[in-house]
Amino acid sequence: MRKWIALTLLLSGCGSADTVPPTSFVVASTTSTQDSGFLDGMAPEFEKANPGLSPKVIAVGSGEAMELGRRGDADVLLAHSPKDEEMFMQEGKGILRDPVMSNDFVIAGPASDTAAIGDATDAAGALLRIAQSRKLFVSRGDESGTHIREIELWAETGVTPRGTWYLESGQGMAESLMIASEKAAYVLTDSATFTVMEGKLKIIRLFAGDPLLVNRYSVIPVTNARRQQAALDFARWLTGPLGQEFIRNFGRKEHGVSLFVPASEHADSAGES
Amino acid sequence: MIPQSITDAIELLTSGDPYTYSVIWLSLKVAFFSLLIATIIGLPIGVILGMTRFAGRIGFLIIVNAAMGLPPVVAGLLVFMVLRNEGALGPLDMLFTPGAMVIAQVPLAMPLIAGVTMAAISTVGRPIRLQARALGASRIQEAMMLMREKRASLVGACIVGFGATISEVGAILITGGNLLVGGRNYTRTMTTAIVLETRLGNFSRALAFALILLLIIVFVNIFLTRAQITRFET
Repeated sequence: MRKWIALTLLLSGCGSADTVPPTSFVVASTTSTQDSGFLDGMAPEFEKANPGLSPKVIAVGSGEAMELGRRGDADVLLAHSPKDEEMFMQEGKGILRDPVMSNDFVIAGPASDTAAIGDATDAAGALLRIAQSRKLFVSRGDESGTHIREIELWAETGVTPRGTWYLESGQGMAESLMIASEKAAYVLTDSATFTVMEGKLKIIRLFAGDPLLVNRYSVIPVTNARRQQAALDFARWLTGPLGQEFIRNFGRKEHGVSLFVPASEHADSAGES
Repeated sequence: MIPQSITDAIELLTSGDPYTYSVIWLSLKVAFFSLLIATIIGLPIGVILGMTRFAGRIGFLIIVNAAMGLPPVVAGLLVFMVLRNEGALGPLDMLFTPGAMVIAQVPLAMPLIAGVTMAAISTVGRPIRLQARALGASRIQEAMMLMREKRASLVGACIVGFGATISEVGAILITGGNLLVGGRNYTRTMTTAIVLETRLGNFSRALAFALILLLIIVFVNIFLTRAQITRFET
């Protein structure tokens, strides 16, 4: 066994004898950026612009991403849970926090829309109709950015979601969408993941457009990162012209629409730190 | 980290938290019923393959041995495909239920039970079997005699099967969905809870569940191994 490992190391060493081995650093991101294919598409683009740096991306819930950052197990975070991020910054765990991009949350559900959320006036009103008619609703239940937003929306309704209609998957966005599809249930999802999964699902977009349904992603290089320079380079690329251009075009080829709006195009981007 | 988890584990076990208990209880239930069904199917297969010699037996042996290596996620995927709405058994509406988890685990435990049983039975010497038949034993009686002879190994087969089902996560996560319903546990087991808590960064809680899981595996093995030695060993 050991011989094989040594041999493999030797061979891999030979292959790149004339190039400097790339510095790999850890990006902790959310399952929604993974499930939409954003991370897989972003990494090679970043490497092209930053030879010698190789992002190793792990997709976890925002909760775990923060935890990995606190421990220094991740060098840079790409998160979408503003309140957690603010706390993280206040603890002094992040060097800086810059807006990267945004997309929308939407409420999806069965085409029959038996809870009639399609013509609700706002997102909280839509959830209230689901709760009052006791139609199945799948929650991420994993303290992810999406789950936290859902909890905030429930707080707006004044209803505590309990009862046999409220399912918590404790899994990622894609898994939760599959469960909702199979159960003909309602679900709060980020628009990007839904667009990518749409063809495989039997649920459709039913409610969108509430300002409370805007989903903002920020990049945070971690203070006690082991590869701080790489983390800073990554944040700079992502918020710089090349990264923003990649974000603007991501998804257009396969889905005909951009899945994320780059932060440079946000109406209020000037006012944000 | 580890000492913190040990305290957490003790606290989880003694707090009377219904969520924790129901996660543990569901793990045991799913493992038990998977094992039960796997034994009902696998034991006769193992006995038949162990005691008979027929053309094509080698083919069955290869199937049983290969099936022991069936990756849990593959079993989960196949059961998921069959149980989903468009699947052959879609109308049963069984996906994301504890029943689906049992169905997914049976094909994982069954080859282990059949394989261990077969190996044990085939070691019984020919003289004993010829003697039994000379005394007028039917095939069924002969099989019962062989199983009595090898009962310690059959308990061993159960130990192997239980270990496989209680510690499995790939198949039950896909088919069960790790769901809470109305805040109550529905398809979340210790292994799927460990996956969830790790993802959430609740590492000490994840380790606490891991410790409880290990404790249960050790406890069940103490019980079964003692039974194997004191009551069944020949």
